[in-house]
Amino acid sequence: MSANSIIQTTHLSKVYKNEVVETIALNDISFTIEKGEFVAIMGPSGSGKSTLMHILGALDLPTQGEYLLDGENVEKLSDDELADIRNRKIGFIFQAYNLLPRTSALKNVVLPMRYAGIPKEIRVEKATKYLKMVGLENRMEYAPNQLSGGQQQRVAIARALVMDPAILLADEPTGNIASVQAEEIMNVFQDLNDKGHTIIMITHESDIAEHAKRIIHLRDGKIINDGNGHKQKRAKNH
Amino acid sequence: MDFTESFLESLGTLTLNKTRTGLAILGIVIGIGSVIALISLGQASQQAVQSQIQSLGSNLLTVQPGSISQSGVRGATGGSTTLTWDDAKEIAASSRITTVQKVSPEFSSRSQVITGGNNTNTQIIGVTPVYAEVHKITITSGNFITQNDVDTMAKVAVVGPQVVTDLFGEDTDPIGKTIRISGQMLTIVGVTESKGGSGFMNQDTIVYVPLTTAQKQLFGVNYLTSIALEAKSADLMVSAQDEVGYLLLERHKLSDPTQADFSIMSQQDILNMASSTTGTFTALLSGIAAISLLVGGIGIMNIMLVTVTERTREIGLRKALGAKKKVITTQFLTEAIILTFSGGVIGIVVGVVASYIISILISMTFTLSFSAIMLAFVVSTAIGIIFGWYPANKAARLQPIEALRYE
Ligand SMILES: Nc1ncnc2c1ncn2[C@@H]1O[C@H](COP(=O)(O)OP(=O)(O)OP(=O)(O)O)[C@@H](O)[C@H]1O
Ligand SMILES: [Mg+2]
Repeated sequence: MSANSIIQTTHLSKVYKNEVVETIALNDISFTIEKGEFVAIMGPSGSGKSTLMHILGALDLPTQGEYLLDGENVEKLSDDELADIRNRKIGFIFQAYNLLPRTSALKNVVLPMRYAGIPKEIRVEKATKYLKMVGLENRMEYAPNQLSGGQQQRVAIARALVMDPAILLADEPTGNIASVQAEEIMNVFQDLNDKGHTIIMITHESDIAEHAKRIIHLRDGKIINDGNGHKQKRAKNH
Repeated sequence: MDFTESFLESLGTLTLNKTRTGLAILGIVIGIGSVIALISLGQASQQAVQSQIQSLGSNLLTVQPGSISQSGVRGATGGSTTLTWDDAKEIAASSRITTVQKVSPEFSSRSQVITGGNNTNTQIIGVTPVYAEVHKITITSGNFITQNDVDTMAKVAVVGPQVVTDLFGEDTDPIGKTIRISGQMLTIVGVTESKGGSGFMNQDTIVYVPLTTAQKQLFGVNYLTSIALEAKSADLMVSAQDEVGYLLLERHKLSDPTQADFSIMSQQDILNMASSTTGTFTALLSGIAAISLLVGGIGIMNIMLVTVTERTREIGLRKALGAKKKVITTQFLTEAIILTFSGGVIGIVVGVVASYIISILISMTFTLSFSAIMLAFVVSTAIGIIFGWYPANKAARLQPIEALRYE
C-alpha cells in the first residue's frame, strides 16, 4: 500500500440475504485510490455502485474483504469513531438526496456543522455561502417538500461540501440537474479536486465522467474496467 | 451541540403531532395530579384530626369499656357494660389516686331528636357539670348542665349550634324551647359555642343532658360509655393511667392486666391511632396513584417507541452525517423528558386545584404540600428518563444505511 493511498479495498464483497434469496451486490472488489484522485464509477443499474459507495463512506460494512480508509480498518472502529469520520472526513451526496424532512434547506446544510461543534455564527455563514454556490440563495428557508428534485439535490451537494471534507463521495450528483447547472457543479468539484481533495463520483453520463481522471466500470458487482478517461471513451465505442 | 437548540428542535417535533403528544402527556397529568391531590388531602385530614383531638381538652385520659387488642384496635364495645358511675366516683374519691384532678362520667348514645315537624339523628351525651371543664366546652347563651340538674334528674338539654340550625332554623334563640328524645320532653337551657370541624368529632351536633336523665329516663341503663379524666399535668399522664388502671382492675376483681375489661387512652394514643388509620389510607391511595403514574410512564415509552420507528430514516441520516450515539440518545431523552415534565407541571396544577376544591367540599383546611410538589417534579422527570431510555437507546443503536433504507 502506497503511503499516499486514502482508500484501499481488498477482495471486498457484499451479499444481501433474506429468507428467500441471496443477492451478491459486490463480488471481489480490490482497488486503491490515492489522495487527490478524481474517480468516476460507472455501470448499469443494479451493478452495485451505490452499495460500494456506502461501504466507502463508512455507512455500511462489507460481508467479506477488507476496507482501509486513510490506513484504518473501518470494521475495527466503533460506532462513534465512524460517526466522527463521516462527519469530518467524508462528504456524502446520496442518490436519494436524503434531506431532513420539515427542515429548511439552511438547517439541513447546518446539520453536519452542529455535530462537529462549530459555533453558531460560523455555521450559518458557511451554510449560506455553500447554498449560494449551488444557486439556492433565495430558497434557503424552503423545506425539502417545497423544493424541486434538482433543488433538493443541490441542497444535498451544499451539505456534503460544507465541512470541506477530504473525501467527497457523490452518488449521481447531477442526475436531476440541467446540464448548464451540472457543469457549474462540476466546476466546483474540479476546484475542490485542484485543492487536493479526493473525489469519487457515480454517474451515468459520460460527459460528466470525463471530468474524472480515472473511471472504474462495474458490472454485476465486479470491476470490469479500471483506467483513465481515454480508455473509457474507447470502451463506450465498442 | 448546544442545549437550547436541541431543546427547541425536540419541542418542534413534539408540536408536530399535537393529539399524540397531548394524550401521552395526559397519562402523566393524571398520575401526578392524583399523587398531589392525595398527598395534600392526606396531610390535611391528618392535621384536621390532630387539631380536633387536641381541641377535646388538655391532659385528657379516656377510660372506655372493652379491651384493646394487640394491634391497637379496640375490641367490640357493644356489649361492654362494665364501666359504672361508681367506678368514676371511686376514682374521684380514692386517696390512692393522686394525679387526677377532674373526673367526668359520661354516657353517650345516638338518638332521634324531634321538635315540631323537624327531627335529626344525633349524638346525645349524658354529663355532669365537670364535663364542660374537662372538654373545654364554652356556652354562648344560657348555661351548661348544673349539679342541681343532675341531682334532680331535670329534663333539660344543652345543644350544639348545628342542632339549633337543624331543628329551628338559623338565627333563632332556642332557650326555653322543648325537644323530644325517646319520648321525653326536654327544655333547652343552653347553647354551646360553635367549634366547626367535621367528621367523627363534630361537637356542634351534640345534645348534652344530665347524666341521670340520660341513664334513667332516656336510655334505661346503669353503665357509662366513658369516663374522661384530667391529669394534674402533662407529665403525670402516664402515672394517672397506671393509678386508675390498677384501681379499676381491683374494683372489677381482675388480677391480670391483660384481661382488663376497660382501656385507658390518652389523647396521644387516640391521635396515634387516628393518624395510623389515615396514614394507612393515604399510603393505599398513594399506591394507586403510583400505579397510574407507572401506566402513564409506559404510555410515554410506547409513544417514544412509535416515534423512533417513525423517524428511523431521520435517525439514519443524522448518524450518516456524523451524529454520535450520545447526540441521538439526548435528542430522544429530551423529548421524553419534555413530555413527562410538562405532564408533571400540568399535573401539579390539576392536583392542587382538585385538592383545593375537595377541601372546600368537605370543609377541611386546604394545605399545599411543598414536598409533594418537589416530589412530583423529580418523579415526572425521572419517569421521562426511565421510560425514555430504552427507546432513545434503540434509536442510537440503529445502523445508518439500514435506517436510511427503512420504510
Ligand atoms: N438492502 C438490500 N437488500 C437486498 N438487495 C439489495 C439491497 N440493496 C441493494 N441490493 C441489491 O444489490 C444490487 C446493487 O444495488 P445498488 O443499489 O448498489 O445498485 P446501483 O449500481 O447503485 O444501481 P442504480 O444505478 O440503479 O442506482 C441490486 O441488484 C440490488 O437489488
Ligand atoms: Mg445507485
